[in-house]
Formats: sequence, C-alpha cells, structure tokens
Amino acid sequence: MKTQTLAIDDLHVRRSGTDILSGVSCSLTTGQVVGVIGPNGAGKSTLLSAVAGQSGFSGTVTWSGSGAGSGYGRRPESADVGYMPQSCKVSAALTVLETVLLGTHERLGWRVSQSDIARATDILAELSLSHLASRCMTTLSGGQQQLVLLAQRLVRQPGLLVLDEATSALDMSHQISVLMLLKRYVVRHNALALMAIHDLNIAMQYADQLVLIHDGRLIHQDAPENVLSVENIRRCYGLDVDLVARPGGRPVIAPLARATA
Amino acid sequence: MSSEIVAFDTRHIAGYRRMAFKRAIAMVTALVVMLWLVILDLSIGPSGMPLSDVIDAVLAGPDGADRATATIIWYLRMPQSLMAVIVGMCLGIAGLQMQTILDNPLASPFTLGFSAAAGFGAALSIMFGAALPLPEYLITPIAAFAMTILACVIVYGMVHALGETPEILVLCGIGVLFLFQSLQSLLQYLASPEILQQIVFWLFGSLLKANWTSVTVTSLVALACLPFILHDTWKLTVLRLGDANAASLGISVGRLRRRSFVLIALLTAAAVSFVGTIGFVGLVAPHVAKALVGEDHRFAIPLSAMVGAVILASASVFGKLISPGGVIPVGIITAVAGIPMLFLVIYARKRRSS
Repeated sequence: MKTQTLAIDDLHVRRSGTDILSGVSCSLTTGQVVGVIGPNGAGKSTLLSAVAGQSGFSGTVTWSGSGAGSGYGRRPESADVGYMPQSCKVSAALTVLETVLLGTHERLGWRVSQSDIARATDILAELSLSHLASRCMTTLSGGQQQLVLLAQRLVRQPGLLVLDEATSALDMSHQISVLMLLKRYVVRHNALALMAIHDLNIAMQYADQLVLIHDGRLIHQDAPENVLSVENIRRCYGLDVDLVARPGGRPVIAPLARATA
Repeated sequence: MSSEIVAFDTRHIAGYRRMAFKRAIAMVTALVVMLWLVILDLSIGPSGMPLSDVIDAVLAGPDGADRATATIIWYLRMPQSLMAVIVGMCLGIAGLQMQTILDNPLASPFTLGFSAAAGFGAALSIMFGAALPLPEYLITPIAAFAMTILACVIVYGMVHALGETPEILVLCGIGVLFLFQSLQSLLQYLASPEILQQIVFWLFGSLLKANWTSVTVTSLVALACLPFILHDTWKLTVLRLGDANAASLGISVGRLRRRSFVLIALLTAAAVSFVGTIGFVGLVAPHVAKALVGEDHRFAIPLSAMVGAVILASASVFGKLISPGGVIPVGIITAVAGIPMLFLVIYARKRRSS
C-alpha cells in the first residue's frame, strides 16, 4: 500500500487579534497513531479543527497531495477525513446503532441496506459496544457516548482520523483499548490517526509519534520518548517529573512537584 | 469464530428491521386513525347523517344522484375535513423541523413570529382590504401569506448577516414576533367593534373558513415543499447529534438550517393563511411522534404529519359534538386539548427514562 502524507506548512490561526497558532509545520505519514499533546489552551483543538477543514487558517494543509487549503481559508471538506470535535453531548432519542449508521448518512437510502447495518455492528463489536446497540443515546454515560461517536467516525473508514478528545471521558482501560484499536485500524487501512491525548503516560506508551504544542507553536515532533523529556515537560507544563526506566519498554512519567517559577 | 460474528450480525440486523417494522406499524395505525376521523368528521354536522350515507355520498362523487347529500358532503363538510388533515400535516412537519433546527423542544411553527405576521396580515386586510379589487375571500389569505413570507425574509436576512446559530435564529425570530404582535395590537386598538370581532375570529383559527380553493392551494404549497423535505431527511436526523458533530460529518449546518427555515415558513404560511392561527398542533404533534418512533426523521416526519392531522381532525369532531353549529373555533379546542396531551407525553417520556 502506498504511504500517504499529511503535510502542514506554516499554519497560522488568528482569532480576535490573538495568535492561537503561529507557524506550525510538520509532516506525518500513514500507518501510525500520532498524539497531539500540550497544556490546556496550547492550541491543540485549533490545530486539529484546522487540519480537519472545520475552521479557517492561513498556510497550507495537504493530505496526500489533494485537498490543499492556502491563504486564509478552509481546507475543502473531504470525505476521507474523519473528525471528532470536542464535547459532543448527544441528547437525541436515537439508538446506538442508529447513531453509528448516521456516520455514513451520505450513502443511506430510504431503506438501510444489510451491508450498512453489518458494517456498523462490526465497528460496535470491535469497540465492545455490541451490548449497547439498541440502547438510547440519552441513557449512556459520557464515556460510552464518546465511544459511540468514535465508532461513528470509524464506520466512514477515513484515511485521516482527526480526534479531539476521543478518550478524555474514558477510564484507563478503555483509553488503552481505544488506542490499541486505532493502532490496528491505521495499519489495516493505511490510515493516519491524529489525536489529542491528555494523559502523558498513555501518550508515552501507546502513541507512535507525538507532536508537542505550547503557546501556539510546535515545540517538538518525534518518537514519544524523545518528545516527553524532563526538560520539555518542565518547559511546557511547568511540572517536574522523573522518568522511571522500564526494561524493554518506554519510561514511565512520575510527577514530582510543581516546578518553581 | 467467523460463524459467531455472522450469527451476531444477523441478530442485530434482525433487531434493526424489527424496530423499523414497529415504527411502520405506528405509522399505519396513525394513518388508519386519521382516515377514520375524517369519515367520522364527515358524518357530523348540523344536519346529521348516518355513516352509511356518508360513505355512499363519498363514493357517488360530487355529482351524486342525491343532490342534498352530495352538496353537504362534498361542498360543506369535505373541504373542512380535508383542510383539518392538510393543515394538521403542515403544522406537524413544520413543528418537527423547527424543533430540530433550533434544537429546542419548546419550538413550534409559531416560535419565530410567523403566526403574529400572519395575524397582522389578516388584520390589515380585514381593515383595509375592501379598497382592493380582489374577491374578499382571497384578500385575507393572500395578506396573511404575504406577511408570513415577509417575516421569514426579515429573519432570514438577519440570520444571514449575523450567523446561523440557533441562538441568533431564536433572538431574531422573537424580535420579529414582538414587532408583528405590536402592529397587530395597534390595528386591533384602532379597529371599530365590528372589524375587531372579525379580526379576533380570524386569530382564533377556524375550519369554517375552508373551501375547495383553500384545500387546493394549501395542498399545492405542501406538495411543492415535499421534495425538499424528503431530500434533507437524513441530514436533519444527523443535525440532532449537535451542530459540531453534524458539521464534522460533512453537513453544511448553516445552509441546512436556512433551507429548513424557508420550508417551515412556507408550510406555516400555507397552513394559517386560510384558517387562521391554530396553536399547539405544531408543538404537540412532533413530541407525540418522537415518543412513538424516536428521532429518525424518516419516520418522525411522516408520523408528525399524521399526528398533526389526527389532533386537528379530532378537534374538529369534538368541536362539532359540543356545539353542533360549529361556532367554537377549532383553534381554541386544540389549545385546550393540547395541554393535557403535552403533559401526557412528558409524563410518558419521564417514566420511560426513569
């Protein structure tokens, strides 16, 4: 399978006179889960929404040579992008299966085909949500809703998955299973998953690559063990940490105390 | 392993089909009740008529041999019964769409000032229409329709300039509502007692104003809107997941909201222009429909239409039963009967969720 590339070049976003992102450039290839990390307000969500073509920016964003946006504008909407925005609480009287089916609303007819239902139920099974298929969305917990909305993106089988808060409401075991699922997905579909991750230990252990954002700038893009250095964490998070080495694995981050100014 | 997956898939496909079947049953039931109410409505009137005679007269057509019966059924009662069905359908669909695009369970076709605008148009025509070279029975509907469309244009323009969020739409709509309500009050204040009585009668909403012209015009407007409503069915269901979610699934939320808004205006204008403002149908019908079939708009739109028709047809029947001369306007009955119905829906929903 041919490797595809997401190229971000000199991305700027300015809102109400404030620079939210300034000059972010990076290049990411398919087959990996890339974690976007950074403290609150660093510009992670803005970056993800610009990449997904949901908000305006200047600079260029190219997904495999197509769908480039330049100047101050939006990247053309692409069916190949699966974007999951922040805080999507669903209050509609729809079942879980119906909600996942809506992920492919463009191709649904008056009668929903057998293959569409099968595809949706397969994704639910992969996310261990089969038992909820006929439950109403309003009766689910925040974490369960988040998983259903992730399933809704996956059923579209996008080449580029852009996930803002796909795991924020999940317990640790679910966070890990989602990341493992995404790792399988990107390999199987030759896709790229770009996702915001808050838990630095999860990011360290499960992401293939990390992009660290601070104050609207890209600080470091590399393998997790290189990005999550003691210096980088202190600089961006204002936190002193200890990196505890593990035989045969990446180190574990242990917070020590707040960094002194 | 693979056979397990296949078995599992079939179970869910069967479950989904079963759910769709149950919803279809709900729709067929609503259709049967609606048709039964229409026949019942046709059989009730000041001169009375046994059900068998009604069916004979309907089958015999407008040129049936029994002239008196044919006239009563085809020219007096049928336009009213059909108008109840069509207006109920228009208000049911418009109400559901309004609740969806505003993401607000309190919304109805009248939330954004359309009824106030229609009322103002009607009041204006009742006061000054005599000066126009048009038949009297057409002036009021035309004026009410035109004012509703004007209200739509004003709100649309404001929303286009300011942004298409539900909040801006509601605020602009409420502004227009108060504007037209004040203008209508002004006319009522200035009107002579006889004119005032006519205005008030129009505002109550009554099926007595229905005739074949109104049935034809209202049906044509509704039919013209139908392809657009059907085209957006899936998109409106997706919109129920929230703006951000719908946008991320490739829907131009602003455009969808504006398009639906224009359709709501047309359906509402068609519904109220001839028979006046009939409240509560557009608020209650969507809630009943959603409680029965959920929010998949493939089912919710047609059922909302049929429930709207059922409410209005039963109000018409009830109105004729309690006052055989048909003097109590149906708009008053729907409002009184609609409140317990709304409470019932809220109660049922609360019980189901707890």
